[in-house]
Amino acid sequence: MIRLLAFLGLFATPLAAEQMKLAVTTSFHNSGLSEVLLPAIKEDTGLDVQLLVVGTGQALRLGEAGDVDAILVHSKAAEEAFVADGFGTHRREIMYNDFVLIGPEADAAGIQTAETAAQALTQIAEAEASFVSRGDDSGTHKKEIALWVDAGFDAESFGGWYKQVGAGMGASLNTASGLSAYILSDRASWLNFGNKGDLALLFSGDAVLFNQYAYLPVNFRRHDHVNAKAAEALENWLTSDKAETLINAYTIDGQGLFVFNATP
Amino acid sequence: MNEIWAGILSAFRLIFALDADLVEITLRSLQVSLTALIIASLIALPFGTWIAIRRFRYRRATIATLNALMGLPPVVVGLIVYLLLSRSGPFGVLGLLFTPTAMIIAQVIIITPLIASITHQAMRDLWAEYHDLLISLNTTNRQRIITLIWDGRRALLTAALAGFGRAIGEVGAIMIVGGNIDHATRVLTTAIALETGKGDFELALGLGFVLIALALAVNFAIHALTKTEREGRW
Repeated sequence: MIRLLAFLGLFATPLAAEQMKLAVTTSFHNSGLSEVLLPAIKEDTGLDVQLLVVGTGQALRLGEAGDVDAILVHSKAAEEAFVADGFGTHRREIMYNDFVLIGPEADAAGIQTAETAAQALTQIAEAEASFVSRGDDSGTHKKEIALWVDAGFDAESFGGWYKQVGAGMGASLNTASGLSAYILSDRASWLNFGNKGDLALLFSGDAVLFNQYAYLPVNFRRHDHVNAKAAEALENWLTSDKAETLINAYTIDGQGLFVFNATP
Repeated sequence: MNEIWAGILSAFRLIFALDADLVEITLRSLQVSLTALIIASLIALPFGTWIAIRRFRYRRATIATLNALMGLPPVVVGLIVYLLLSRSGPFGVLGLLFTPTAMIIAQVIIITPLIASITHQAMRDLWAEYHDLLISLNTTNRQRIITLIWDGRRALLTAALAGFGRAIGEVGAIMIVGGNIDHATRVLTTAIALETGKGDFELALGLGFVLIALALAVNFAIHALTKTEREGRW
């Protein structure tokens, strides 16, 4: 028996700090902000937050199955459905960044001079310029579909110039870079992306490109193994003054990325 | 071409600086794949030998299935293990999802058929040679299996190394069941996928060369330890 316990002990991870699992979106992780926040969280609360970096669709699935303790995603309609169905206890807005339209510097569709995001997309569709879509049911993909609908198009009916790659933000940007195609990206992923090639930021600033991140603790009444205490401690930290300072001060190439807007 | 050179340089920089993160994920890669290899070998070597010497009703079907399972798609294995270990799956209470143990389970499933199949091929030929001797000595099945495994250990080493090669370079399954969590389940292959996703090809390629070097080092170490290819032995 003692031998068996010693054997099991070899596989147990040392529980130095309290651990919790947080599913976050690729766009949040690619921004690099997590590398600033996680050490500060560890220092202030003693929480060892393990990040699972997935698309919003998969993050919500992980939360539904109870495989993570909380999720941090950006797709309002899907989040509200998640809470309404009882998978999450509530939804707390934390911060926002914005989406930008990336494309080849030559800009064959001429979206640099567009007035609105809808107009920019209309020009791309009319020019039938190559466009890479995430196609992975992520928050960014859902946003892109909504923007096409706003512009009066149905993305399903597009021809070969509209390429759904079914991949994360970075992998999709790699594809767009290889094809010199247009793509919708969040600003943070774009600034941190290392393989820009001849792509450039062509359009940004329209209010519809606003990208709200929200924190949703998984419902502990549904899954009794969920670490609700840790999820609450993390929520309190994410909405604290310290988080506000760190999030607002985070910049890449001198550009601020996120704006803290949690209400205390 | 420049990017490949930059990748090689980056690999050397990483290795000589003994980057703490690199050491950690390299050791985890080794831990996961070697554990999976040991467990898979304990199952596959006796099993592959057993089907080489036993005649039973569905033998042909078993062998055909085993050979087909060599090409088991890792992504599918990952997804099935994921669904089984998920909190809402049948083994959810164990809380194993997103741990190195889950990665080991997935890799065992992927490499066991491969090792068993190669073992069976090698043992079938050896059995043809040993058949009359072992039968005339009136050995039990157990004794036959042990004799064949011991005398065929060179061929079995190849089987095991093939299994290790598949495990250490595998990314589809362990990405799904491990989740690529920093300081918990990140290994070399998932780190390469992550860095490629960020467009940091130099670092991704550097990690790739570290992975190749690691596979070479493990193969050389095993050959040295078992003293193969020396004068007078083979």
